[in-house]
Amino acid sequence: MSTATTHDAHHEEHPGGLLRWVFTTNHKDIGTLYLLFSLLMFMVGGAMAMIIRAELFQPGLQFVEPQFFNSMTTMHALIMIFGAVMPGFVGLANWLVPMMIGAPDMALPRMNNWSFWILPFAFAMLLSTLFMEGGAPASGWTMYPPLVLQTGDAFPFLIFSVHLMGISSIMGAINIVVTIVNMRAPGMNLMKMPLFVWTWLITAYLLIAVMPVLAGSVTMLLTDRFFETSFFNAAGGGDPVMFQHIFWFFGHPEVYIMILPAFGIVSQIIPTFARKPLFGYSSMVYATASIAFLSFIVWAHHMFTVGMPLTGELFFMYATMLIAVPTGVKVFNWVSTMWKGSMTFETPMLFAIGFVVLFTIGGFSGLMLAITPVDFQYHDTYFVVAHFHYVLVTGAVFSIMAAAYYWMPKWTGNMYDERLGKLHFWLSTIFVNVLFFPQHFLGLAGMPRRIPDYAVQFTEFNQISSIGGFAFGLTQLLFVYIVYKTIKGGEKATDQVWEGAHGLEWTLSSPPPYHSFTTAPEVK
Amino acid sequence: MSTSELQAANRRTLRRLAFLVVGMFGFVFALVPLYDVFCDITGLNGKTSGKPAVAAEVQPVLSRTVMVEFVASVNESMPWDFKPSVTRMEVHPGQMYRTSFYARNRTEETMVGQAIPSVTPGQAARHFKKTECFCFTEQQFGAREGRDMPLLFMVDPDLPEDIEVLTLAYTFFDKQKNLN
Repeated sequence: MSTATTHDAHHEEHPGGLLRWVFTTNHKDIGTLYLLFSLLMFMVGGAMAMIIRAELFQPGLQFVEPQFFNSMTTMHALIMIFGAVMPGFVGLANWLVPMMIGAPDMALPRMNNWSFWILPFAFAMLLSTLFMEGGAPASGWTMYPPLVLQTGDAFPFLIFSVHLMGISSIMGAINIVVTIVNMRAPGMNLMKMPLFVWTWLITAYLLIAVMPVLAGSVTMLLTDRFFETSFFNAAGGGDPVMFQHIFWFFGHPEVYIMILPAFGIVSQIIPTFARKPLFGYSSMVYATASIAFLSFIVWAHHMFTVGMPLTGELFFMYATMLIAVPTGVKVFNWVSTMWKGSMTFETPMLFAIGFVVLFTIGGFSGLMLAITPVDFQYHDTYFVVAHFHYVLVTGAVFSIMAAAYYWMPKWTGNMYDERLGKLHFWLSTIFVNVLFFPQHFLGLAGMPRRIPDYAVQFTEFNQISSIGGFAFGLTQLLFVYIVYKTIKGGEKATDQVWEGAHGLEWTLSSPPPYHSFTTAPEVK
Repeated sequence: MSTSELQAANRRTLRRLAFLVVGMFGFVFALVPLYDVFCDITGLNGKTSGKPAVAAEVQPVLSRTVMVEFVASVNESMPWDFKPSVTRMEVHPGQMYRTSFYARNRTEETMVGQAIPSVTPGQAARHFKKTECFCFTEQQFGAREGRDMPLLFMVDPDLPEDIEVLTLAYTFFDKQKNLN
């Protein structure tokens, strides 16, 4: 525990002002940095989404060039995935994992500092491509060759920023695994860990396994472009389809990296406000592990249309549908936890219930997409866009919002404004459905994704969707205000904060001391 | 656990995880030859053999007819004309056929191109045998030169029964631009 004891020696001697944040090795400071960075990127990526929805308000070209439109969809995806959702979850892990397992800090505090501070540079690099010759990357976040190789000056910046994001994620994940494996309080065996810790442990393993795969595949793109290799170049004996296989071998576990921590968060919140212990704890753990395992053998369902033999398509179809089983276990467990509970509906609970309902809708459209013969119809349409926004916005993002409301009183010592929180929830939930539900119909009617123009019969649904989009975007400014207001002050929170909250983090003061547990608590 | 024990344990876990990271990074590059081997065995990606097939004595199956379609295209904006002399042929498996493709260099400079074949559906690729093909070697074209290039092929009688149509697509790549 030398890292932690060194800290004890220098207790509260951290530099003040801005440098405190640059040099900090404290898990709470780093967690805060991650969360604020995530919020900033959420706003930047959201602004790009507003440009996309503005352009799609009417058929024809209104505001932007098609090339720039495609840059917007590409950058929106990269920023939201690697800049908003993933750092949001890592920030939560930094804040909560040590407090939940009874540790003083993360296991590798210096690496922790590094893994955060790489991110601003990665995204500064990525965003700088907007001002380059040839424009920002516009080939979609999936970076399929040969199209991505036609990117202008931005190309190496795209590759290196993906490398940096990968390094940051890997370091963050390693830190989380080492902390969970070695620093649990005496008596906290694996099957006593809070579910958020469990889901993050499994997520961290997924990250360690697949981020190097992404790094490798983009490195191949780089050498294909600049060093005359032919990994994906048919002229030299390569195969562009191989990129899709490698990319989705990373990409599908990546999808679960963005949802497993959300499962953990919801599994913490629902028992608190239902005032009942989580139903089926061990089945939740096994379901999470099964989902993680299955994520490695379903990648080709993203590419049913590339031409695969029937047996291959059937295998990937059935394997994909199998994921519905553990996911169903989870959804039923959450519902069973609420069953006959003494429920109250504070903002975190509202977001958690919203998550369960809306994420399940996204899960169902995912099942539809898994059916190979109909996927040929849905592939690359707005149906896919609607599907993954249901699982990522009303899934991952809603869970992060729920977590922010749930733990913000613990982090800041101040209660947030409950009235504004509820308003934020209701506006978000209504408008997110106005935004994404019509996209199902657009997709089923055949509107392709990543195209700035569309046939006139799609106009009405696009206008509804755009109005929902603008309103949802504006609503998030309310969230920024609520966070600001809570940090500044408010009604003081008790240590337990919520009547039904259980777990080690609620035994600490609100806000907690700079070093969480200097003496390890005993877990019975 | 004492401080030094914990530190040792942390280091040990870190080492194992770092090993996993390096291993997975290596695994991606190992996937490249594995992918080729896998496609070779299963014939999944529609790549035909880059070498001439030995003209074996096979009994033609006159009772079966397969439609072979020819597609020709140039990569990116290569300034060549390229088209098949016939777009489709009805063939009997086991019988040798001859056709040709016409290409023409539209520029005022000598250019070298390489044609890359691909067969759809992919499973048919292994059963498409070429004894003579312009795709086996690089093709040099002088300024504004155009010529017919022959293709001698046979569809193997082992072609799966459910395949009735197969498409042979050639793409011409500019050798200077794509491979130095």
